[in-house]
Amino acid sequence: MTRLALLLTALVGVLFITALLVGPADIGPLQSLTALVAGDEGPMTLVMREIRLPRALLGLLIGGSLGLAGAAMQGYLRNPLADPGLIGVSGSAALGAVLAIQTGVAAGFALGLPLAALGGALIGMFLVLVLAGPRGSSLTLILAGIAISALAGAFTSLVLNLSPNPFAANEIVFWMMGSLADRSMTHVWIALPLIVLGAALLLSLSRGLDALTLGEDAAEAMGVRLSRLRLTLIFGTAAVVGASTAVAGAIGFVGLVVPHLLRPFVGARPGRLLWASGLGGAAMLLAADIAVRVILPTRDLKLGVVTALIGAPLFLHLIFRTRRDGM
Amino acid sequence: MSLLTLNGFSVTRRKREILRGIDLRVGPGELVGILGPNGAGKTTLMRAALGLIDARGHSSLASLNPRERGRAVAWMPQSREIAWPVDVETLVMLGRTPHLGPGQRPSDADHAAVERALQRMGLTGYRARTATRLSGGEQARVLIARALAQEAPLLMADEPTAGLDPAHQIATMRTFAALAGEGHSVIVSLHDLGLAARHCTRLIVIDRGKIAADGPPLDVLTPDLVRDTFGISAFLQVTPDGLVFQPLEVLG
Repeated sequence: MTRLALLLTALVGVLFITALLVGPADIGPLQSLTALVAGDEGPMTLVMREIRLPRALLGLLIGGSLGLAGAAMQGYLRNPLADPGLIGVSGSAALGAVLAIQTGVAAGFALGLPLAALGGALIGMFLVLVLAGPRGSSLTLILAGIAISALAGAFTSLVLNLSPNPFAANEIVFWMMGSLADRSMTHVWIALPLIVLGAALLLSLSRGLDALTLGEDAAEAMGVRLSRLRLTLIFGTAAVVGASTAVAGAIGFVGLVVPHLLRPFVGARPGRLLWASGLGGAAMLLAADIAVRVILPTRDLKLGVVTALIGAPLFLHLIFRTRRDGM
Repeated sequence: MSLLTLNGFSVTRRKREILRGIDLRVGPGELVGILGPNGAGKTTLMRAALGLIDARGHSSLASLNPRERGRAVAWMPQSREIAWPVDVETLVMLGRTPHLGPGQRPSDADHAAVERALQRMGLTGYRARTATRLSGGEQARVLIARALAQEAPLLMADEPTAGLDPAHQIATMRTFAALAGEGHSVIVSLHDLGLAARHCTRLIVIDRGKIAADGPPLDVLTPDLVRDTFGISAFLQVTPDGLVFQPLEVLG
């Protein structure tokens, strides 16, 4: 294991435990961990196992997903500005969720919202696949993704626009900001299988993405099956991003900033950047979710707002650095 | 033994026939120069022979599965793409991709192949440099080294000498000639007819989608062919220093 892997793993570990220790319930660190591990059916165990553990686990899973998917997307498109939302899956997942809120399905039963969002993600992915075709360049994938994102965004706006119920509209706006608050272990079980599957698919792209450094022609001539790589990328990204959006809403900037930030530390190799960005994304989201609870504990500060507030200045800094390097 | 065989090979793109009726066989130990004016179909011929674009007819390389093909031929495309600021050694190591199984780390043999490639291209002092910060000519040499590191029996390169200074143009052609001397074969497309005449063992001239001439440089670069295909007059002579070809005038 390299030093970077060790460092990132340690950081994620520390942040995960910190995330378990932060919350409105006033419990000491040692006490909370004992309650989590030992379990005595008391209220403390309930708080730890049903509120804080799923929240920390989702932070880990979703942050990792976004970081990994961002690195894969940037590697495939050979563009540091690509992000996991580019193929339209998060937009269509959000549309599914918005429809669930608007129609009352979300209020009707607990899993209505995440399942509708997953359905939206699936339809979005299918449309992108059909539009982009089984073979073809990365350009057709971007265009298809942008088209589906725009369409999903337009329908989301339409739903908001025509919403006769101001409370539903309010709920939609808040949901779209992204949050990990009040999620249960059920949400973890919905997201976990898809995220594990998608992450395995994305991590398998390592060598192909490295070869793509030389361009599509050279990579294909070295034995990389580009159409299979592209399909794997679409399925993998759709699985992790769809699952993440379904349980947490739209959380921006993690998939864009983290790969960019870690690239210099892995010698710019797209393959090694995959796992590094996964760990980095998990660290960033856990940290942001801790910040949400520490900065304004009494107000429901949304996670997506904080990641954007952290992400945008970081991104600006990176732009200045890129400019200075004369790229 | 043949490293590349094309039989009745044709390429049609967007209803326009770009190549038709190409028959070609490249054996070991050849340094083949593909010549032809802009738009004659040189790049299309190489890409189609590799199976990167659809074609009719038979190509021995296109019929291989992708992994086998990666070991049978190394391809250096014309666009010199280096997408990420990786160091030179990492970039050259990418040439070993077809030799590595899934998840397998580069072995000593792979490192040795990279070392040989760096040495051949005079890049041993560059291994830790960031590839994207090198000059265009240096990047071209790094990309040639990447293709060399693949250590395939056949090397195909699309205008590998474009943008190189004279010394590196000659050195690159000599490297290719040395490979041919070791029993590999090299197919390069070139615009510098003088360089081609001097270094290649065989020239293939493509004109309007067909092979206009195929043979040793002295037999191919006749005044008639040079006039009909390239629209120029030229000086060609066997001198004590080897074959010298110098384009002279554009013919009306």
